[in-house]
Amino acid sequence: MLHYIIKRVLLMIPTLLVISMVTFAIIQAPPGDYLESYIAELESQGESVDKDKIAFLRQQYGLDKPLVQQYVHWLGGILQGDFGYSFEFDMPVSKVVGNRMQLTVLVSVATIFFTWLIAFPIGIYSATHQYSWGDYGLTFLGFLGLATPNFLLALVMLYFANVYFGTSIGGLMAEQYIGQPWSWDKLSSVLQHLWIPVVVIGTSGTAGMIRRLRANLLDELQKQYVITARAKGLPRAKLILKYPLRLALNFFIADIGAVLPSIISGAEITAVVLSLPTTGPMMLNALQSQDMYLAGSFLMFLSTLTVVGVLVSDLALTLLDPRIRLQGGHQR
Amino acid sequence: MSPRQLAHFVTDEPFDTAQIEKMDAAQERYFLASQWQLMWWKLKRHKVAVISAAILLLFYGSTLLSEVLAPYNLHSRHTDYIYAPPQPLHLFHEGRFIGPFVYGWNYRLNMQNLKREYTPNRQDVQPLRFFCRGDRYTFWGLVESDLHVFCPAERGQVFLLGTDRLGRDMLSRIIYGARISLTIGLLGLTISFALGLVIGGIAGYYGGLTDIVIQRIIEMFRSFPELPLWMALSAILPVNWSPILVFFGITMILALLDWTSLARAVRSKLLSLREEDYCIAAELMGARPRRVIARHLLPGFMSHMIASATLSIPAMVLGETALSFLGLGLRPPVTSWGVLLNEAQNINVVALYPWLMLPVLPVIILILAFNFFGDGLRDAADPYK
Repeated sequence: MLHYIIKRVLLMIPTLLVISMVTFAIIQAPPGDYLESYIAELESQGESVDKDKIAFLRQQYGLDKPLVQQYVHWLGGILQGDFGYSFEFDMPVSKVVGNRMQLTVLVSVATIFFTWLIAFPIGIYSATHQYSWGDYGLTFLGFLGLATPNFLLALVMLYFANVYFGTSIGGLMAEQYIGQPWSWDKLSSVLQHLWIPVVVIGTSGTAGMIRRLRANLLDELQKQYVITARAKGLPRAKLILKYPLRLALNFFIADIGAVLPSIISGAEITAVVLSLPTTGPMMLNALQSQDMYLAGSFLMFLSTLTVVGVLVSDLALTLLDPRIRLQGGHQR
Repeated sequence: MSPRQLAHFVTDEPFDTAQIEKMDAAQERYFLASQWQLMWWKLKRHKVAVISAAILLLFYGSTLLSEVLAPYNLHSRHTDYIYAPPQPLHLFHEGRFIGPFVYGWNYRLNMQNLKREYTPNRQDVQPLRFFCRGDRYTFWGLVESDLHVFCPAERGQVFLLGTDRLGRDMLSRIIYGARISLTIGLLGLTISFALGLVIGGIAGYYGGLTDIVIQRIIEMFRSFPELPLWMALSAILPVNWSPILVFFGITMILALLDWTSLARAVRSKLLSLREEDYCIAAELMGARPRRVIARHLLPGFMSHMIASATLSIPAMVLGETALSFLGLGLRPPVTSWGVLLNEAQNINVVALYPWLMLPVLPVIILILAFNFFGDGLRDAADPYK
């Protein structure tokens, strides 16, 4: 068991390293370094360029050194919590980002729970009532959910909220709490606003999960132990709850790995449409103005979030499923 | 058997040993049919898939004839009709049948909130003309023509889906946008298909260390959240690239992240197929890996590949739409559905001019059709099940 966990965590490190290399390559890709474009921008605005500051920044971020050294420098900075310098906001990235990353995590986690909550009963219903009208209807709804892009759903919801309720449903908290420290009132305000992005982001993931859960359960329901249990007189509902469903629970944990990247992707673009104070709008902004350190750290953060999320789901699965657990500790 | 014959009647004809294996005509047809034929028969039984295939054919067929189908050109501007709402199509005017026609708009600028207000003018009946002369265009850049399937009445206008901020007809723009939105999926798929086949083929055929390394790489690719990476990659496309170059750049970006699932499918299929006797036989007879892969393995799983490829097109179409919607993807004058939706990004615009959201509909229909068709194809790819 311990062996498996250690192996799994160690495997994560090369993945994160490659991700960081890709991210760094993206940061480096636009021609010229950031200070050059920064200076050019300042000059185009007719402002004077502070030579000392430029020199300081150049030295601080090692921009005068070869590429490999810059990479090591950048990575080392990240490990110490220094994500680089945002030229647009003229301050360190970690200060600009603030609690946007927290909110992204909050929205993503809430979406996962929402996905579970919806997919679980529907998936079971669809599998146990295969080829019924309910199954067909839910399957079609699922397809529709898969086909509708998140941002379009967000737009349509914005539109209908505006038409029928005359309110704007954007944002993640009431205005008076923006920039305020966390308090119970703020938390409740966030929770009140949270459901809209969660529903919007969750639809496609939920639809996918229902389809997979249905297929998995259908496979389970045809197995011999189910027939045996039925033949011995176990009531159907009790049987399903007691055996196939427990296997399906494992699947729920395992499926995070499949759902999480799409949830995080969806969260980004939905956040832009709904103007949530998460990483999405700021990342888009940073990309458009080629503020690459800021964009790069968002990319790095989101990728890490995905990798860690998948890791957590893998580890939880190990705890839950003895088949994997025993395989992991096989060497003894 | 005649009633006079006894139950234990024994024919004196010589015993045909193959008798029990004789099949009737229908069975024979089934067993002798090629795999593609079997797939086709099975696919035909899947009604939803057939309907979806018809829709897809319609969509792709329309891209061949965009210029003729659209009542206006892509960039025709009507400065008198900025943000005109969709005109409903009528058949009867004051109880009299006229054929399809629209009422003209009365335009007034509300001086209090500077809103453009359009009201239908009930006197101004503008019957549509069919197979008529309208905006001039160069068909596929080759033939000059001005033939349209339908055009507005003489000195009239027809905006069935409204106009945008420059007074361009939304319907025409959606028809033209289909060209880009649909081809980007196919083009990207071709690239990712090739990548997936080659890389998955190598991993599955050689196995061992090569396989492990490739598997790891695929896992790393998959752990990136797609959209943010797409966004980052398209943001670093040089600003001075021409829109056409950007189009190919975006296609490449979409394809470069999409091949992993195909490669995985190829690999797992290859791993099971390469243990088959006929492969070992071919190898023993001295066939090179390339020949074994291309001649003996590829035909074995091509149908599967095509089915999963169909299912991966929607992701690319959506990817392009999302990127263009955010303003990081294609740029005008290249017009895709995503570029059209870019105008509907702002809630204020959407609330005032909701018809700008209409390009959403073809996107959803296209993706649903691809999903259902791909599903049917996947079922049909296993014709013996």
